[in-house]
Amino acid sequence: MTWVADLVHGIFLGGFYALLAAGLALMFGVMRIINLAHGSLALIGAYMAFLLTEHLHISTYLALAPVLPGALVVGYVLQRTMLERSLRAGQLVPLLTTFGLLIVIANLLQQFFSPDVHSLDAGRIGPASWHVSSELSIPWFDVLTLGIAFSVLGGLHLVLRVTQLGRELRATAADADTAELVGVNARAVYARATAIAVAIAALAGVFYGMRSAFDPNAGANELLYAFEAVVIGGIGSLWGTLVGGIVLGISQEIGAHINQEYFALAGHVVFLAVLVARSASSAPRIRYTLRRFA
Amino acid sequence: MSALLQVESLDVRHGLLQAVRQVSFEVAEGETLALVGANGAGKSTLLRALAGAHRPAGGRVVFEGRDITAMPAHRRVKAGIALVPEGRRLFPDLTVEENLRVAGAAHRDGRWTVDEVLEAFPLLQPLRRKRAASLSGGEQQATAIGRALMTNPRLLLLDEVSLGLAPIVVEGVYHSLRGLIEGGTTIVLVEQDLARAMGVADRVACMLEGRIVLEGARGELTREQVTDAYFGLRRAEASA
Repeated sequence: MTWVADLVHGIFLGGFYALLAAGLALMFGVMRIINLAHGSLALIGAYMAFLLTEHLHISTYLALAPVLPGALVVGYVLQRTMLERSLRAGQLVPLLTTFGLLIVIANLLQQFFSPDVHSLDAGRIGPASWHVSSELSIPWFDVLTLGIAFSVLGGLHLVLRVTQLGRELRATAADADTAELVGVNARAVYARATAIAVAIAALAGVFYGMRSAFDPNAGANELLYAFEAVVIGGIGSLWGTLVGGIVLGISQEIGAHINQEYFALAGHVVFLAVLVARSASSAPRIRYTLRRFA
Repeated sequence: MSALLQVESLDVRHGLLQAVRQVSFEVAEGETLALVGANGAGKSTLLRALAGAHRPAGGRVVFEGRDITAMPAHRRVKAGIALVPEGRRLFPDLTVEENLRVAGAAHRDGRWTVDEVLEAFPLLQPLRRKRAASLSGGEQQATAIGRALMTNPRLLLLDEVSLGLAPIVVEGVYHSLRGLIEGGTTIVLVEQDLARAMGVADRVACMLEGRIVLEGARGELTREQVTDAYFGLRRAEASA
């Protein structure tokens, strides 16, 4: 029965990882940018929500109302001012740019908010849980997180499938030159993709802040889990990211069940195993999934 | 007839290689110009420069009286220039219909809609929900032309539309092109097949090593003249 509990908790944890990883997968799928600052941008979302709840005394959920549109703007400006230039200089440069951004953000957060840990109030739903049996209880907050992850991924899927922006995103991801030749402003499409990715990151960051305490350096850690979820899920595919997140979550829960200290380790081991298996068996397939984004 | 497109001493480079040298010509509204020439003569590069996919190193491109030399490709599409690129370049994972709809981004008014394109290319009708990558060469070419038409262009640039297609399929493609030409669309097309180029175009320009070495109305030029220019046998005949 406890194994069932691990499995269930792993699935819910995976939902959170998927939420964290969705923006990362989107940016990689559309622009081949591995955004190392993704976790840090999520953290900025958490800190902004913290500011709003502290000073305006509003609930964390209400704080999302200004944080998410703000994140859209930040993403758009980030793409237009920094990432666009980096992309023009080659594939490696955005990696360096976002790595620099990660460090700058961590230091700025430390400057403004001190290195102390902060946390966000999850409201009445926070401590409540559903007691399925004596061995298994499911926190409502985890259910909410998984639900949000599903909605975000489903929403993204719909946007990509049925809207004009979605068609433009997929066309630009496949062949930016040709997209330009049929009238798509590839740079504007990229900026919109980054805007959406940063908004999802901020959403994930706020949820992160409600589930655990955070400090200015938490971004890199969270990035690692998100990155692992993306890679396990098949790199750049949206639903794969959900599967990847859940596989990662379950591995960590099972690892922790064996020994508390194996929580992170078990996830890393599964991540490495998937990476090795994939590069050994089907290197061409990875490239194929890249093109078949979403 | 006023010139829809004016090209003035255009230079285009690929790095150190100068692919187009001092090319000047005009295309009038409703006219069809065929660019012929051997491989590597600079025809495709010239077309790509007109579409905005390649920044020229010098010279000017004027469209509807407006200098568009520095205009990016997507804005040229909005201005009314569409290119059917060499090798078709469809978006492989989008369906036929999605490939057409993407090109609706330009929001230009005109007769071409998804339904109109499917009517003009009936072979696409049953394929509209199929992935572009699964189509045959001829079906892909029809989709590529349809995609360009979806932007309702005033000037349609066609790069090697018959390349790699079976003769009977080429026949079908040219049949639909004739429909466009009769409908008044201005066309600049690159074609390896001299007979076909001279059959469909009002005017033929022959390129050699990046320059236009011979240009004239269809009736004025003989096949021999064009063949000579094609292989660079009589450069003395070069005209502006």
